[in-house]
This record gives sequence, C-alpha cells and structure tokens, in this order.
Amino acid sequence: MAVPPPAGALHRRRSGRLVAGVAGGVADHLGVKVLWVRAAFVALMAVSGAGVLAYGLLWIFVRQESATVERTVSGRERQQALGLAALGLGVGLAASALGNSAIGWVVGPLGVAIAGAAVVWREADEAQRRRWAGAGARTGWRAALLRVVAGALFVAAGIAVFLLGNLDMGQVQFGLLAVLATLVGVAVITVPWWVRLVRDLGEERRERIRETERAEIAAHLHDSVLQTLALIQRQSDSPREVARLARGQERELRTWLYGAGGYRRPGASTPADAGLTEALAAAAAEVEDTYALTVRPVVVGGDRALDDDLRALVLASREAMVNAAKHAGVDEVSVYAEVEPDEVNVFVRDRGAGFEPDAVPDDRHGLADSVRGRMTRHGGTVRLRTHPGDGTEVHLRMPVATLPVEEAAVEVAAVEEKEHAP
Amino acid sequence: MTEPAPVRVFLVDDHALFRSGVRAELDRSVPDVTVVGEAGSVAEAVAGIAHLRPDVVLLDVHMPDGGGAEVLRKVRPALPDVVFLALSVSDAAEDVIAVIRAGARGYVTKTISGRELADAVRRVRAGDPVFSPRLAGFVLDAFSDRPGAAPPTDPELDLLTRRERDVLRLLARGYSYREIAGELFISVKTVETHVSSVLRKTQLSNRYELSRWASDRRLV
Repeated sequence: MAVPPPAGALHRRRSGRLVAGVAGGVADHLGVKVLWVRAAFVALMAVSGAGVLAYGLLWIFVRQESATVERTVSGRERQQALGLAALGLGVGLAASALGNSAIGWVVGPLGVAIAGAAVVWREADEAQRRRWAGAGARTGWRAALLRVVAGALFVAAGIAVFLLGNLDMGQVQFGLLAVLATLVGVAVITVPWWVRLVRDLGEERRERIRETERAEIAAHLHDSVLQTLALIQRQSDSPREVARLARGQERELRTWLYGAGGYRRPGASTPADAGLTEALAAAAAEVEDTYALTVRPVVVGGDRALDDDLRALVLASREAMVNAAKHAGVDEVSVYAEVEPDEVNVFVRDRGAGFEPDAVPDDRHGLADSVRGRMTRHGGTVRLRTHPGDGTEVHLRMPVATLPVEEAAVEVAAVEEKEHAP
Repeated sequence: MTEPAPVRVFLVDDHALFRSGVRAELDRSVPDVTVVGEAGSVAEAVAGIAHLRPDVVLLDVHMPDGGGAEVLRKVRPALPDVVFLALSVSDAAEDVIAVIRAGARGYVTKTISGRELADAVRRVRAGDPVFSPRLAGFVLDAFSDRPGAAPPTDPELDLLTRRERDVLRLLARGYSYREIAGELFISVKTVETHVSSVLRKTQLSNRYELSRWASDRRLV
C-alpha cells in the first residue's frame, strides 16, 4: 500500500473509496482511522439525519485529490463499512419511530431521491477521473450513461412520490408546468452564455497547450543556447574556443530541430535505440569538440541498427576523423556513409597535407592499429588514398547482414502515402 | 580569371545583420562579385529584383510571408534569366528540397566562407548547379530504389543514370567538380552536365520523397 498524501487541504480519495471517498478524505485530513470517521457519520444520523446531510455537503464542496494514489480496500474494511451503513439506516429508522419527522422523510421517498443523486454524483466523479486518466479512455460510457439515467429516475421518482404524498394533484400539475416553463425560459435566455462558456473552454485549452510548448522551447533554449552565449562572452579573447562553442551549439540545436540525418520533422520523438546515423553524428560531434574543426557527416540509404561490426566501423571512422583533425591541418573534414543492403561504406576525407603512406613515422599508430586492425577483425576492409599535399581519403567498408531499421519506416511511409493519395 | 563585368548580386534575408555581413565579406575580398541591392522581406525582394535585374539572387529560405519559395514563385515567371542561390541555416531535407523544387539553382548553408560563397555565385551564374554534400545526400536518398518504393511513373525523370549516381556520390563525399572529373576520367564539362541533369530531375520528378519533403513545408 502506497504512502497516503500528507495531511493538508481536505481532498476526497480517488481510490480505495466506497461511496465518494469523503470518509477516507476526512480520515486522511484528521490523521485518524477511516472506521472512526464512518462511525461518526452513523452517530450523526441520530441527530435528525445530519450524517447524510454532512456527507452530502462534503461531497459537493470537497474536491477529489488530483494525484493518483494506489489504495486497496480489504474485504474486512468493506464489510465493516457495509455494516456501518446498515447501522446508520437502523439509527435513522429508530429516530423516525421516536417521532422525528425529518428522519421520516429521509428514510421514505426522499431517501430514494438521495440514493439516486448519489449514483449520479458518483458517475460525475468517475467522468472526472477518466478525464485525468487521459484522452481515449472512452470505454464503458454505455454503462456510465445507464447509471446516470437510472440515478436520475430514482431522483425523479423519489421527489414525485414525496410530493404526491404531501400535496393534492391539481397543485402538483400546476407546479410541474410552472417548473417546466421556468426551465425552458432560463435555457432560452442563457443560450449565448452557454455557447460562450464552451468556446472559452476550448480557447483556454488551446492557449494552455501553446503555453506548454512555448515553455518547453524556452527551457531548451535556456539550457543550451543562452548558456553557450554566456560562455562565449566570457571566452571572447580566444577565437578558437569561441568557434568550438558556437559550432558545438549549432550542432546540438540542429539535431534537436531536424534530427541527426536532417530528415526528422520538428517535434517528432527521438528513437529509443540509436542507429548508425546517430552513432556517426555523435562520433563526429566528439571530434569537432575535441579538435575545434567542422565535421559534417552525410548518411545515405536509410538507417541501420548498430551491431558489433557496425560499432567497430563507427569507432574506426572516428579514429580516421581524429587522424585528419590532428595531422591534416584543415578546418573541415567530410564524412560520407552509404548504407547498402549487404555492406556499409564510410569515406572520411580531408583536403589537407596528406602524407606518404610508406613513410609513416613510428609514433603514428592510429591508422594501423585503430583503423585497419579494428576493421579487419570484423571482416571489413580499409583503403587509403593519400599523397603529400593532396589530402587524404580513408575508405572503410564493412559487410553487414542485419536487417535495416528502415523497414518499419518504409511501412510507415507506405501508410502515409495512402493517406495522402487524393 | 577576372571577368569583364562583375557578377551583380542581390541579397534577400530578413536578418539585417546577416545581410551586412555577407555584403562586407563579398565587397571586401571578392572583386568580381558586387552586391547591387538587398531586401528584408518578400515584397521588397520582388520589387527590388524586378527593378535592378541582378545576375544572381542570394535567397534566404526562412522568411515571413512565405519565405524564399514565395519570392521564387513571384519573380521567376517574369524574369527567367535571374538565377537563384538558396542560402539557409537549415539543414532539413524539407527546406532544401522545397526551395530547389521551387526553382533555385543551388543550395548552400550560411556557415559557408566568403570565398566559397563567391565560388558558388560564379558557378550558378555560369549556369551550373551548386550541390552541397548534404543536398547530394538527400537527392541520392530520394532516388534510391529501396524495397517497397512506388514504381517510377516517368523513367526519364524518376530514375538517375549510373553516371549521375557516381557524380552525386562523390559530391556527397565532399569532392569538387574538378576532383570528380579527375576521379571518373571525364571532363569538368561532363560533370557539370550530369549535375544539371540531376538538378532538373530533382525539380521535375514526381518521386514520392521529393514531393513529400516539399509539401511538408507547403512550398509547392
């Protein structure tokens, strides 16, 4: 059983209730057992039926708690509550027998009307709960309608019997007609007011949604862009650092807006498991941040889920980017990845110094170990094209067997196409 | 190298700061490119271009009142000789493809250096398209024959030749036209022909990806 909410403002319970959660709410508020509160309501029944009145007033004026708290009602508690309700009824009857006329009404036809009202009110609580539970919770509305109609019939029947027992027929007829005429008149007069109420409600809801979106964007901009601008002002004497910060921020914002591959529409959610496109973009981002240059990967042919081979390919690509950043002396490196059904090719290219492949000094193990070793271990190949003064291009090829991520995406696209078809 | 008459450029961007930056960069370091005018809104741009008749318009993609595509739609029917080069911070497929399909001759991002921008201006002036690596990637993706794709309705427009695909691949790898020519053992002129043909297909093809990307921005 979950911890009940701390005692504070009085709220009716939403879960673990028998009628309307009034007794439970009062018990939470006062910090006593529910049983005692229910017993108090029963005792109040002896005083001209004040228990029912008190319960009804609390039901009307106390709001339901808005947070969902899990509670369970044990069979024992339910039995106790039913026993107490029966006891309350008995107390009311006894008081009535002793000549208290108010109790007589409550137990008679008005009691029926009160029971009907309770059913309708309870349904209103349920409707509110369903709204909190979120849109689309439209199940069981038929039963709900049935309960509301039954409750309304109870109320009408109770009041009718009460009136018939106390007044003669002519007066009842006149009274009913007068009430009907008044109701129709009020309804006609207040039509514009109702219309405005409904429209204002819709307008307010739209406004709230816009406000939420705006707040989300503002929060993101604050966390990213404004922080970076503040950093840039403090680092303004170091152009290299400023460029690095600006480029990093630009990349971050771009990914947030358009996704790693540039295809995602704003507002779409990020996929839970990152594929090759995200992994390559992340590797490029790391290199950009570390070496203060621009690496802009272009991925063609859809995305693919990462397996061990592709992870090795991404790491090897990253090492090739690092090599270019360290030794080529350029401020931009091109990365191009092409996903084909049976293999993935990555090209890392710079227009920098280049080198003589046979004359690589011993301290430059990066290419031999991290790139070539890693690729051959996973069944891939490396081809190197370079010449002093002519730039360098590393071509990494990795055969793959996994199913592409995009199969699901293609299906989605096909569905969209049907929807768009004229 | 120096041309007899400088290329007359018109700048369209709703950010005055960016306009003055580009103008300063082009005027200072590139003698054969002059900025003859600028505009900060669609209406100003339409009037200014009609009045000044520039050679090349540098066009921002995102602007109020319809953006760059709206300028293209309003100006191109009357002045088919004016060449448009789209210039944007956005890297999204929807933006890039939409403005290309509206009639721009090329697309570069705003992070491009002044020298590269001047190169791009000269190239579109000479009639050749300018494809950034990312644009080349988008076009390759749009024309790929993935399983489940709709069959082409017009093979002449909806399919790329093998050579065009090779050229696009190298563009996406960051190669210049000259480097592509060397790589494929063809002349620079032939590379330009292939890229022009790809541009035409990108603008006119009814392939699903192209029309979807363009219509996502409601610019077509």
